[in-house]
Amino acid sequence: MLHLILFSVFGIICVAGAVNLLAQRHPINSALSLVVVMGSLAVEYLLLGAEFVAAVQVIVYAGAIMVLFVFVIMLLNAGEEEQTKGSHVAWLLGIPGMIALTVIVCWAVLHTQSAKVALNVNPGASKAFGNAPDIAWLLFHQFLLPFELTSILVLIAIMGAVVLAARPDSAEQSRGEG
Amino acid sequence: MSITLFIIVSVIKIAIVLFVLLTAVAYTVWLERKVVGRMQNRWGPTRVGPFGLLQPAADGVKFLFKEDLTPPHVYKPLYIAAPMLAVIFAITSISVIPFGNWITVGPVHTPLQITDVNIGLLVVLGITSLGVYGVALSGWSSNSKYSLLGGLRASAQMISYEIALGLSLVGVLILAGTFSLRGIVDAQAGYVWHFIPNWFIFRGFQIVAFFIYLTAAYAETNRIPFDLPEAETELVAGYHTEYSAMKFAMFFMAEYANMITVACLASVMFLGGWRGPIGGPQWLRELEPLLWFVLRVFVFLFVYIWVRGTLPRFRYDQLMAFGWKFLLPVAIANVVITALVVALTSH
Amino acid sequence: MVPLSYYLVLSGILFACGVTGFLIKRNIITIFMSIELMLNGVNLSFVAFAAKWQQLSGHVFVFFVMVVAAAEAAVGLAIIISVFRTRETLNIDQVNLLKL
Repeated sequence: MLHLILFSVFGIICVAGAVNLLAQRHPINSALSLVVVMGSLAVEYLLLGAEFVAAVQVIVYAGAIMVLFVFVIMLLNAGEEEQTKGSHVAWLLGIPGMIALTVIVCWAVLHTQSAKVALNVNPGASKAFGNAPDIAWLLFHQFLLPFELTSILVLIAIMGAVVLAARPDSAEQSRGEG
Repeated sequence: MSITLFIIVSVIKIAIVLFVLLTAVAYTVWLERKVVGRMQNRWGPTRVGPFGLLQPAADGVKFLFKEDLTPPHVYKPLYIAAPMLAVIFAITSISVIPFGNWITVGPVHTPLQITDVNIGLLVVLGITSLGVYGVALSGWSSNSKYSLLGGLRASAQMISYEIALGLSLVGVLILAGTFSLRGIVDAQAGYVWHFIPNWFIFRGFQIVAFFIYLTAAYAETNRIPFDLPEAETELVAGYHTEYSAMKFAMFFMAEYANMITVACLASVMFLGGWRGPIGGPQWLRELEPLLWFVLRVFVFLFVYIWVRGTLPRFRYDQLMAFGWKFLLPVAIANVVITALVVALTSH
Repeated sequence: MVPLSYYLVLSGILFACGVTGFLIKRNIITIFMSIELMLNGVNLSFVAFAAKWQQLSGHVFVFFVMVVAAAEAAVGLAIIISVFRTRETLNIDQVNLLKL
């Protein structure tokens, strides 16, 4: 019962944040509602027993990626957005289409027999289901290759971001000085 | 324990911790003014009460009565919300820090900690990374060049040194084997050679990690030698230039609450938490760990204030170069060496 | 107890909001944030299935999705900054020619 109440409350906060992201015109408000969505998703992960993933969600997504978004919005001084002809067409066709598609998919999921199983998360267990040592075991034994590949991916992303965002004149300046 | 008793006990604990934390913030300001004053060969506050002990009360009354001016050109929703966010995140991270051992008051047997989660350390790190929002949003919403530059610099500094902060704690985690803060304190029990305590700062050569943590903590909390974003000679007052009265007091509170949280975390991770010689009657035995913990936090805060009175501040490019080019590689090297030593010396 | 289908419906709604934002918004940064919303919806369904089948591979996959999303956000925002520097606008309808 408490599970259902917590799921509903944080589910409503999630969806409200997502709808607010669509409804706001200034990108900074959209960014902050996305942070609210990520925070409530972290609570949903805790309800599913995924404690390590919930912590990583807050630290990485809400605390680093969204800070990067807020930084870029502040740096570029993005103002409120204007409506053009293309966006009116997208409004008229896109929103009803997406609503129809979502209703169909949700109806199909809600009436599947195998999805009506209640997820039993045991709160009193000595070792939680999603605890860090078990995830670490999987990460370093079964998923070692993807782990190493994602570390190379992050290195490439760092180099790419630095090269792309550097000002072209600063490169010439440093060559002139050095 | 029944659920109503659990809720009542938790609410009482939260109220006590909140009250003690806010009083500690006020008296850390007093301590800083006194200590820095003495280092500069002057008295510090002496007039309000004996030794100036009522100075924080006078400051609080002053902040309440100041005019709360909202400049006309600010982005109002975020201007009002940013100091609240800063204070909320600064105060919330104290909720997983263990202050002492289990105590028994009547029918209630409870730990001296608001809650002990399995991922306690990650909760503190997560809330610290969320604390960047208060700084960044206040700088941007104030709509003035000093605030924007100060806010951008302060938040870039905070996110750069967060990495070194987290990595310096990984060495301790490898030795302790758990994220739970109470588990980390329990792993520091006992003595080596009968008189050196088994704290992580001594065993496992985590002294390097301790100094990385100290430096990164000074940068995280925007204190000297890393307080360029707030220096008056540089950017007027940085991200809190346009704030007055109670909102400014909230930023102030957030900064000192962050200092206290960082000091509590350091004493839990490196200095052995609440461990110390215990003696005396039973009711005193349960409160003595709390005194040992407060002693460690006080020593850490004194070092904070000592460094503030002694060192000059870094220039911004020196600060960022130091964080990325020196502190981060040393922290990574610490993790690698600790992992190697643990892997080679255990079976 | 909460059935699995409720979590999947929530994940579907988040994904649909992300797709809608991608279609109707005109600011490049907001479009990018809708992509992050889609990734979060997918993460929720991964964790829900991991709880159903009691296998931690779902959590490991969420970890990888987060790392990839972080790398993509960094590079994408760097590209957005370069686009802004050359074209002076963040409206995606005006970034429609290969040459300025």
